[in-house]
Amino acid sequence: MKYLNEYRNLEATKGYLKLIAQTVTRPWQIMEICGGQTHSLVRNGILELLPEEVQMIHGPGCPVCVTPLQLIDKAVALLEQNVIVCSFGDMVRVPGSSKSLLEAKAIGGDLRILYSPMEAIKIARENPDKEVVFFAVGFETTAPANALSVLHAQKEGLTNYAILVSHVLVPPAMEGILEDKFCNINAFLGAGHVCAIMGMHEYYPLAEKYKIPIVITGFEPLDLVEGIYMSVKQLEEGRYEVENQYARVVKEAGNPEAKKIIDTVFEVGDRAWRGLGVIPKSGYVLKKAYQAYDAEVKFGIQAMTAPENPDCIAGQILKGIKKPNQCSQFGKICTPANPLGAPMVSSEGACAAYYHYSNNLISS
Amino acid sequence: MDSTNKGYTSINLGHGSGGLMTRELLDSHIFKTFSNPYLDQKHDGAIFNIEGPIAVSTDSFVVSPIFFKGGNIGELAIHGTVNDVAMCGAIPKFITLSFIVEEGLSMTDFTTIVNSIKSAADNSGVQVITGDTKVVERGKGDKIFINTTGFGEVHPKADIAASNIRSGDKIIVNGYLAQHGMAIMSQREGLEFESTIVSDTTNLNFIVKDLLDAFGSKIHLLRDPTRGGLASILSEIAEDTEKGIQLKETSLPIEKQVAAACEILGLDPLYVANEGVFVVVVDKAIEAEVLALMRKDSKGKYATCVGEVTTEHPGKVVMQSAIGGKRIVSPLIGEQLPRIC
Repeated sequence: MKYLNEYRNLEATKGYLKLIAQTVTRPWQIMEICGGQTHSLVRNGILELLPEEVQMIHGPGCPVCVTPLQLIDKAVALLEQNVIVCSFGDMVRVPGSSKSLLEAKAIGGDLRILYSPMEAIKIARENPDKEVVFFAVGFETTAPANALSVLHAQKEGLTNYAILVSHVLVPPAMEGILEDKFCNINAFLGAGHVCAIMGMHEYYPLAEKYKIPIVITGFEPLDLVEGIYMSVKQLEEGRYEVENQYARVVKEAGNPEAKKIIDTVFEVGDRAWRGLGVIPKSGYVLKKAYQAYDAEVKFGIQAMTAPENPDCIAGQILKGIKKPNQCSQFGKICTPANPLGAPMVSSEGACAAYYHYSNNLISS
Repeated sequence: MDSTNKGYTSINLGHGSGGLMTRELLDSHIFKTFSNPYLDQKHDGAIFNIEGPIAVSTDSFVVSPIFFKGGNIGELAIHGTVNDVAMCGAIPKFITLSFIVEEGLSMTDFTTIVNSIKSAADNSGVQVITGDTKVVERGKGDKIFINTTGFGEVHPKADIAASNIRSGDKIIVNGYLAQHGMAIMSQREGLEFESTIVSDTTNLNFIVKDLLDAFGSKIHLLRDPTRGGLASILSEIAEDTEKGIQLKETSLPIEKQVAAACEILGLDPLYVANEGVFVVVVDKAIEAEVLALMRKDSKGKYATCVGEVTTEHPGKVVMQSAIGGKRIVSPLIGEQLPRIC
């Protein structure tokens, strides 16, 4: 696979691991923001190849993990109202208060697993007598396509299409973590694909204010070890800059076209994060002009609430205060087959990643 | 065989009534096609002789879509059961054939499927000896479901059991992984993507027989990693034997296009279904000979040793990644779901 195999090269990876080992002189805690990065770190066995001074902390960048329980309940409620609910794959197994989307499907709900919201537009077009809702989950990365689906629905005059929005933003989450009094993060690996859309400008004030290095990083093994090396180098040299390891994809200004589409449909608003609570100005909500496409308004389900499982420490996991294997429920009560909280469900979730791949389990 | 049946262009409830319409459908599609001394008796069941110990395996086939690149549900129903019998170290001889058809299935599709079953059975050297046809109302099935049960003679030299596995044994697969699952995936509604990936559905009984003829009890275990993929089968073996399994990521035979499709869809080929793949666990002393024999067969052309059995990490499969790290390969939980981003 051209452009992938080059970044999975043993010798090149070893080279950066050697540089990290040569550079590091004291313990550092580095948080990778994005769940995709967590997944790749564990899947490729990178964590155990790092010198012990370098500790990776798994951040909140897994959209499935931070989508509040009540949003899942709302999607289940829509299925029970005979709405066709369309969702990305890993959202469907996340347990709601009473059931997951997959369980709601088993008892008759019309759930469709899609790769793109544009497929949902097609379904709405082909089913004019049915209501169709796309579960618009994700960070800045998935926002342009979700917004585009609304613009397409509008252009085609589809009145049977709406989106259930649970869009969250990376910079406010980083700020939330840094403001936590237990925060012990020394550097961030920035989320490469989020920055591919948004660009780099949002990160300069964060690096400056909290005096913390932010290295925008990709997802392949070589990307990750290079990003970690760049972070360690900054820390050892006492610098705190925004650097771009993922320059082959991330441009300084991001993707202006995608940003324009986001700005047309969405505006920044307060959002609840699973495990973290409400963070001000931390997500996207549909603009007034597009309220007709807001599934919560359309089906009158804004007020639904749901309490979290008290035994789940997802909040501390997502903030990097605890590691999954430090949770008393981990691997015993809480497993991918019977998850108490979302980080155990998504393949990007820190708990599931630990459960599936981590060598921490080999000795236990 | 006629693709219509007395003027009917599709299967309806009458074809499962047990009356004249059923009889006519069976005469035109089943008895004529599969004619053999056992079936020709048109009895409620079949009486047959098998020498020595018998291996039996049953499987139901519900694949959607029923026609996919590289095959259809009919040949899958033969290959699947033939291979399961072969994995017991046996030579498949007889097979039963049961249909559950949803009314409305076109007679042309039914005919195509029956013809595929016939050629797959002939190519595998098995005879269809008894069967059943039921028709359910529209919406109560999904076009067609097939159940087959296979019977085989256990190979006189075979001694296939997980308990025979020893530390140091080599784990060999006969060919490319994840072909079937990705061929199906490329045609699923909502996921269609253009590719030339075709299912690897095929019968493995002859290559298995050759291995048993040549190496007998030095072949310790045979398994075909269908649903759940290679990862699930190896996890099962590790758990059952309380031995460790070491895999090497760079040794896994994965065809370029399949690797790319898995990458795009966010799926792990280790968990994707296969239909023409088998895992053979052998004494380390015969690794090279086994590979040489398999590679001479068209069904083992890409045979590769992917790992070995170890005393380390008992009960767990650990894979060495391309960049030299290690990770646990756990069994598949639920269905493999594509990731958001």
